[in-house]
Amino acid sequence: MSSIQSLLQILQQRKQKLEAGGQKKYHDKLSLQNKLFVRRRLELLFDKGQYEEDGRFANCLNDELPADGVVTAVGRIHGRTVCVMANDSTVKAGSWGARTVEKIIRIQETAEKMKVPILYLVDSAGARITDQLEMFPNRRGAGRIFYNQVKLSGMIPQVCLLFGPSAAGGAYIPAFCDLVIMVDQNASMYLGSPRMAEKVIGERVSLEEMGGARMHCTISGCGDILAENEEEAIKQAKQYLSYFPANYQEKPSIIAGVAPKEGPCLENMIPTNQNVPFNMYDCIDSLIDKGSFFEIKKLFAAELITGLARIDGKVVGIIANQPKVKGGVLFVDSADKGARFITLCDAFHIPLLFLADVPGFMIGTKVEKAGIIRHGAKFIAAMSSATVPKISVIIRKAYGAGLYAMAGPGFEPDCCVALPTAQIAVMGPEAAVNAVYSNKLSEIKDSKEKLAFMLEKQKEYQDTIDIYKLASELIIDDIVAPNDLRNFLVTRFALYETKEMTFSSRKHPVYPV
Amino acid sequence: MSEIKAIMAGTVLMIQVNQGESISVGQEVVILESMKMAIPIESRESGEVTKILVSVGDFVNEGDVLMTIK
Repeated sequence: MSSIQSLLQILQQRKQKLEAGGQKKYHDKLSLQNKLFVRRRLELLFDKGQYEEDGRFANCLNDELPADGVVTAVGRIHGRTVCVMANDSTVKAGSWGARTVEKIIRIQETAEKMKVPILYLVDSAGARITDQLEMFPNRRGAGRIFYNQVKLSGMIPQVCLLFGPSAAGGAYIPAFCDLVIMVDQNASMYLGSPRMAEKVIGERVSLEEMGGARMHCTISGCGDILAENEEEAIKQAKQYLSYFPANYQEKPSIIAGVAPKEGPCLENMIPTNQNVPFNMYDCIDSLIDKGSFFEIKKLFAAELITGLARIDGKVVGIIANQPKVKGGVLFVDSADKGARFITLCDAFHIPLLFLADVPGFMIGTKVEKAGIIRHGAKFIAAMSSATVPKISVIIRKAYGAGLYAMAGPGFEPDCCVALPTAQIAVMGPEAAVNAVYSNKLSEIKDSKEKLAFMLEKQKEYQDTIDIYKLASELIIDDIVAPNDLRNFLVTRFALYETKEMTFSSRKHPVYPV
Repeated sequence: MSEIKAIMAGTVLMIQVNQGESISVGQEVVILESMKMAIPIESRESGEVTKILVSVGDFVNEGDVLMTIK
C-alpha cells in the first residue's frame, strides 16, 4: 500500500507536469514567435499572478494533452472577480477536444452564475478533427460556447484577447465578444485558412492579408484594438474592464476627477467656416479627464471616433464625428461602428456623449450599393433605443440624417445643446440653394451675376437656420460657450445619474441590420 | 511604384503637386470637394510624383487612382 507521502509526491509531480504544458519544442516555438506561455499570460493578467483553476486534470491519462489544451481560471483583476478561458498553444496547437469544450462551457457557466466578466485568451488551431463527434455537433459541443456567448452578451462584459489564430468555427469567439484585442503579426481570424482558400476557391493569399490583426483592425472591423505585443494586449484588457461594472445590474465605478489635458481652449480650435476641417481629438481632450480616453476601433472608420472616457471621474461613452477624416461624413462602416459602440455602452449603464460636426451620410452610387441606408438605420436604431443618459452637443454643422444619428432633438436626448458655431439644417447653405434654385441658376448665364445670386440666397438661408432661432423655437435646449462646455457636461451628467427609463415593453425590435 | 487613391467620392478641387516633384509622408497632394467639404488627400509614402491621372473638376470615385509615385 502506498504511503500518504508517496501519494502526495505523485500528485505534486502530476500537477507540475500538467502545468508545464506541451513539449519543449513547442515552448521554443513560442519564444520565436514572441509569444508567452499560457500560464505566464494568466500571471500577468491576474492580481499578484494568482488564480483558481478547475479541470487541470482534464484528459490527464493522455500524456500528450495536459489540461486538454486549455486553462480555465477564476481570479481577480484590480480587486474584482473575473473568469478566464485560455488556450494553450503548446498542446496540439491549442486545438479543441471534447474536454476542452466542456471546460470552456463550464467557465462560461461560472461567469454567468457569479455575474462577472469573462475573458477569452484565444490561441487555437480550431477543432480536433479526430474528436469531432465528441466536440462538434452535440448539445454540449462547441456550438454551445457560441450559444452561451450570445446569451451572456450584455449581461457581463466579454473580452477576447487574440494572441494567435482563431480559426474556422473558433473565429466566432471573438465575433461574439464586446471587445477584441489583437496582437500585431501573431493574431489572426479566418473561416478558411490560406491553404484551404487555395484548395477550395483557388485564391492565393497570405495569412496576414486575409485574416491578420492589422487587416481586421483597419478594414473588416472585426478587431477593436491592435496591440504591439502580448503584454500590451493584457494591459489594455485590464484598463478596458476598469470602465465597466461586473454585470448589467451594476453601474460603472466612479473615481476622483482629474482636470483635462492642458492645451488650446475649445473656442480657439473650432473653425467658424463649416467646410474647414479641425481635429476632434483636441476637442475631446479639452472635455475629458486627462489620460482617461480609451478609444475603441481607432483604426477602423476613423471619420467617427468612439471611446470610453471619464468626465469628473465618471465614465462616459463618446461618439464624435472627426471632420479631419473624410470630412466627418458618415459611411457604411462608421454607421456600423457607432451602432455597436452605443449598444455596448447602453448595456452597461455608460452614459453617452455625442459631439456632432457632421455633413450627413455619404451619398453616391458606391455607398448606396453598399447599403448606406440600412447601415444608417442601424446606427439610428441603436441610438434611439439607448436609455442611458444621452447628451448631444452640436459643435458645428449637423445636417440631414447626421443630426438624427448624433442624438438630435427628436431622439429623446436628455438635452441637445449647441455651441455658437452650430448649424442645424436638412443640408448646408450651398447645397440648399443649389437644390431650391437649380432652374433659376441655370437661367443666369453671367457667372458674376450667378455668384451674387447664390451668395444672397445663401445668406437668406443662413438666417432661417440661425442657431438663436432654433433655440427660440425650443429645438435646442441651450447654447453653451465652448470654454464652458466641460463644466456644463460635469453638471449635467451628475444631474442625469438617476435617469431610469424603459424604451419599450415589446419582446425586441426587428433589427435593421 | 505606388498609387495615391481617393478616400471618398468627390470632385477634384485642387492639385497641389506637379509631376516630377518630390513629396513626403503626410503631405497634402490633392484636395477633393465632397459633401460640400474640403477633403485633403495626403500621401502615405514619400517619393517622386511620376504621373498625375486627374484634372481639376474631375469626378473621382472612392478608390480611384489620383497619381502614382515612385
